This record gives sequence, C-alpha cells and structure tokens, in this order.
Amino acid sequence: MIDQDLDLVIYLVRHGDDNLVLGQRLGELVSYMPELEEDIAVANVGLDHIGAARNFYSYAAELEGFGRSEDDLAMLRDEREFTNAVLAEQPNGDFANMMARQFYYDAYQLPLYTSLADSSDERLAGIAQKAQKEASYHLRRSAGWLVRLGDGTEESHNRMQAAIDELWKYTEDLFYADEVDGALEERGVLPVGAGDRDQFDATVAEVLAAATLVAPSDDYQRTGGRTGFHTEHLGHLLPEMQMLYRSHPGVKW
Amino acid sequence: MISVKRATLDELVDKISQVPDPEVPVLTIADLGILRSVVDGDDGVVVTITPTYSGCPAMGFIRDQIMAAASSCGRPDTRVEFVLSPAWTTEWMSADGRRKLTEFGIAPPQPVAVMMESSPLAIIHRDSIQCPNCDSLATEVISEFSSTACKALYRCTTCSEPFDYFKEL
Repeated sequence: MIDQDLDLVIYLVRHGDDNLVLGQRLGELVSYMPELEEDIAVANVGLDHIGAARNFYSYAAELEGFGRSEDDLAMLRDEREFTNAVLAEQPNGDFANMMARQFYYDAYQLPLYTSLADSSDERLAGIAQKAQKEASYHLRRSAGWLVRLGDGTEESHNRMQAAIDELWKYTEDLFYADEVDGALEERGVLPVGAGDRDQFDATVAEVLAAATLVAPSDDYQRTGGRTGFHTEHLGHLLPEMQMLYRSHPGVKW
Repeated sequence: MISVKRATLDELVDKISQVPDPEVPVLTIADLGILRSVVDGDDGVVVTITPTYSGCPAMGFIRDQIMAAASSCGRPDTRVEFVLSPAWTTEWMSADGRRKLTEFGIAPPQPVAVMMESSPLAIIHRDSIQCPNCDSLATEVISEFSSTACKALYRCTTCSEPFDYFKEL
C-alpha cells in the first residue's frame, strides 16, 4: 500500500510545487505592475495558484503520513527536493516575459486539470475541478495579452517575440513523465492522456498565429525540474520565500 | 459561570446558515452555496463547506465563524471539514443571494455554460450585465480581475459608475 501512496504523493507534490513557485513569482510583482488592473489581476492569479498549491500539498501531506503539514512541504524543503518544472522558477523579467511564462503555464494547466477532473481519485478530481475553472480565466488573460503585445507596436512585438523564444526551452519539462506517471495511469488516477501535450501545442499555435508571432524553434530544451535539477533561479527564490518560516519554526498567527 | 443552552440540530443549522461571507456580509454561506451539510454524529457535529476559489482567503475566517456560532449554541463539539468535490459553482447561489448582491452593488453571476467551451481568444460574451446602480444594460468590462478572486470589474456607460461583477464559475 505504501508504494501506491508514494506515487500519488510525488505527483501531488510536483503540481503543488509548480503552483507554489509560480504563485511566489507572481507575488513578487504585486505593487510593481504598470497599471492597477494588472496589479490586481496578478494578485488574483497568484492567489489561485497558491490556493491550488495548498490543496495539492495538504493531500500529499496526509497521504505520506510523516506528520508533515502543507507549510512544512512548502517551507522546509530544499532546492533539490523541489519538483516544479523549471519554467515556473524563471525570473519575471519584463511584462512580456512574465506573460509568456504565464501563457505557457496556462496552456499546459487547463487541459491537464480538465483531464484530471476525471481521475479515479476523488480528492484529486476535486482539486482539479477547482483549478480547471480558474485556469480557464488565467488562459484568457494571458492569451489576450500575447495577442495585444504581439500584434501591437514594434517594441511590444519584439519584446513578446523575445520572451516566447527565451522561455520555450523550459516548456518540455512540463511534459516530463516517468514511472510515477505510468503507475498512476495504470490505476486510473491519471486518466489516459492526462500528461499529453497535444492541446498545449494547439493552443500555443493558435495564439501565436493571432499574435503575429513566429513559433519558437525547438533546438534546445532544459529539463530536470521534476527530479530536482533546477536552474540557478530556484536557489534564490526559495530562501526569500522560506526565511520567515525557518526563522520561527512552528510560528502561528 | 455562564451556561449556554445546548441547541437542537435545527437551531444549530439555522445559526450556522446565517454566518456571513466576510467580503460581502449581506450574503450568508447558505446563500452562496458554500455550506454543504451539518451532520450530528456520535463524536460531535461535522459541518462541511466547499471553498469557492482555490485560494479564497476567507475560508479560514468562515471556519472560525462557524465554530463560534456552534459554540454559542452550546455545541463546541463541532468541527469543520472542507470538501473540494463536487466543485463549487455559482449555479449554487440562491435567488435570494443574487437579489442581495444586486442590492449591495454587485452584479450577480450569469449562467456558466458559455464561458467554458469557447477558444481562449474569444471574448467572454456576457449578455445583459445590469448596472446595480441604475439598472442600465449599457455596461462594459474593464478587467476580468477585480477586488477579489471571484469578481470582475465593470463600468456602466449610462451612469458612469464602476461596479463589481461576481464571475460565473
């Protein structure tokens, strides 16, 4: 029985990590966005991600049975233990860069959560049903900005093209699959096709075309996040996020 | 010593149903469809609620309010549990809740169906969002993200007032 739960725990933590790291990146932007509506949007979207992370972590913590809490999972693990895809930890950069990262994530998460909503695991299905509705709103916003910036001025177009080109190399990590996924698929916890990239590729193609952007080339992909091999950036993000909790273990407010 | 009369289950359900949403206090958790069940079992009362959005920061506060309501009814043997499935939807909001929202100045949610189907590039078409201030239908969206995760920001082109719209989910 323990092996079965371990597979699901690993899977849950991967997605908890995706959402936590992305939520943290968005939190960094609050009060810095160029207009008020976008500041509020980034806070709302970030909050959705943090909430999803809490849902994934709480379930994982219960299943693993080591007495860890969702906070422990978020705040007491080191870089090599984090299993987010490397795309999440990429720095915010300019507005276009932030939007490109968000768009790639939204295009990935919406079909994933739509699929997971049919998981044989009731609680995972519940988490996914919730996250899927929110991902739909996220994708509308990020796709909208890609079009506005891509099909915008010469400067916005150039920055948007640079952003999608720069971040494309971190997208394959989103679709990393190993024996954990295989085992969960066999049990029906992962519906068939849950980790597929077809819908992601179709959405990216559709939006880039509307945005008059050239599809990025596929030469090099940096993977490894799902097994704890991150880019340098996570090493800077984690201490900032975890310092307060680690300075005051067990703090409550 | 203060003694509190132990409430019946009906009285308890009534009291808990009146716990207000902290963000929109004219709405109760019953109006919102957040309150799923109140069950009196062998080891106390179990109140089950469903979060609206994944990251809704009000859920912890609502839980505390439910506990306080239960204690004031002489039932401190109450615990609150969260269920995520079936996922909360604005379809669960009561007609009373929608009316109260409008009175409070927030446009109530439209039916969910259309939004989920179409391409991410399609503008969300919402028919007839009515201005809660002047009832005009000549309204337009400013941003899909407003004061809280659950609301979008609209503007009335008749009376020029901005207002929140409770997003269909």
